[in-house]
Amino acid sequence: MDQTGRSLISLEGLDREDILWLLGHAAEFEANPNSKILDGKIVATLFFEPSTRTRLSFETAVNRLGGRVIGFSDAATTSSSKGETLKDTIMMVSNYADLIIMRHYLEGAARYASEVSPVPIINAGDGANQHPSQTMLDLYSMLKTQGRLDDLNIYLVGDLKYGRTVHSMLTAMRFFNPTFHFISPDELKMPEEYKEYCRIHGIKFEEHSRFDEETIADADILYMTRVQRERFTDLMEYERVKDMFILKNDMLRSAKPNLKILHPLPRVNEIAQDVDDNPMAYYFQQAKNGLYVREALICNALNLLK
Amino acid sequence: MGKTGKSELLVAALQNGTVIDHIPSDKVFDVVNLLGLTSIDNPITIGSNLSSRKMGSKGIIKIADRYFSEEECSKLSVIAPNIVLNIIRDYEVIEKKMISMPDQVRGIVKCGNPKCITNHEPMQTVFDVVDKANGTLRCRYCNKDIHKGDIKLL
Ligand SMILES: [Zn+2]
Repeated sequence: MDQTGRSLISLEGLDREDILWLLGHAAEFEANPNSKILDGKIVATLFFEPSTRTRLSFETAVNRLGGRVIGFSDAATTSSSKGETLKDTIMMVSNYADLIIMRHYLEGAARYASEVSPVPIINAGDGANQHPSQTMLDLYSMLKTQGRLDDLNIYLVGDLKYGRTVHSMLTAMRFFNPTFHFISPDELKMPEEYKEYCRIHGIKFEEHSRFDEETIADADILYMTRVQRERFTDLMEYERVKDMFILKNDMLRSAKPNLKILHPLPRVNEIAQDVDDNPMAYYFQQAKNGLYVREALICNALNLLK
Repeated sequence: MGKTGKSELLVAALQNGTVIDHIPSDKVFDVVNLLGLTSIDNPITIGSNLSSRKMGSKGIIKIADRYFSEEECSKLSVIAPNIVLNIIRDYEVIEKKMISMPDQVRGIVKCGNPKCITNHEPMQTVFDVVDKANGTLRCRYCNKDIHKGDIKLL
């Protein structure tokens, strides 16, 4: 891992050992989520774009470890709405905080912040670009439920064109010999550049246009994403396919017993309510895992993990 | 001196300096700007829309008593990879420098992604050259690629 800067901007620089090491620490935090390890530390959460879910998860992580939180949850309330540059905001906040966790609507904002900031930065999402803590919690959820990350059959369903989380999962899983299955409407297929990435890195994948009991029978992980109306150029096409990528409980009859269903949340209707009671449904626990993973990422950024 | 074509005459007229040749006619002033030629005092001759067997039409810039570093030359590669720099000493071309893509391009090219931080902050752009043969740049901030034909200067 890059020890010169403790910032976490993307997972690009992490190798297999780094990922497993961080996930191992997340497991320790799960066993013991409350401590005083951040006693005396101040963590700033700067949300230039609102994201209640991610912000609550990070702030809970800081609070459970005895740190204090400052920050804002919406750029409209800050001086950046008065035209202050990102650099000036970061320089100002770094006078007060030991670590900055930031979400921004512009792509590359976190990388730039990490270049100007004297304190480490954790990227909590920069536009359509990166959201490394989400990917880490996805990986943690897979590891925890399957007992391994190696050799998994991972089915990605829904919006594979714009889905930031599915793209960074491909990158992060390249060390673990996965077989991916891409299931999506035609308009939202996995872009060619990511398929090329898979070929270059020897990642096996198959594409499917049907989402049914038979197609998913071999899955270890079913990763559902939202199919959003605004992503379609052809609304007729949206109307035609919108119900074809909904997971219903009866589609799970032939599923492997170890199958777990993940979803980055928030869900709209792509997972039917009747799936929630199925023990294979894991999306709510998955969100909870985000807490332990973020505890590990925060402590790593502050160089507190051994 | 054998042939007396127009461009050879331009070259021959220079005692010491650099002749930048094979510039696409529409890029002549980009080259002027990139090399900062508007702020130096050396005698400069700029020719544009000259006929060229290879290119149809080309531009030439002659700068007296001035030579360019590798770094300055590599800047030019993002706008016109086939430019040649003739190094002149005592009326002779002593070296023909082809330019090559650098590994990184700083502060010259604009990122094509309107949601990229570089288009909203007073900061330098940085691109990694990910494919030298095809001239593909990748923004270090937003990770989007720019292909040769789409490159725009700041
Ligand atoms: Zn960019």
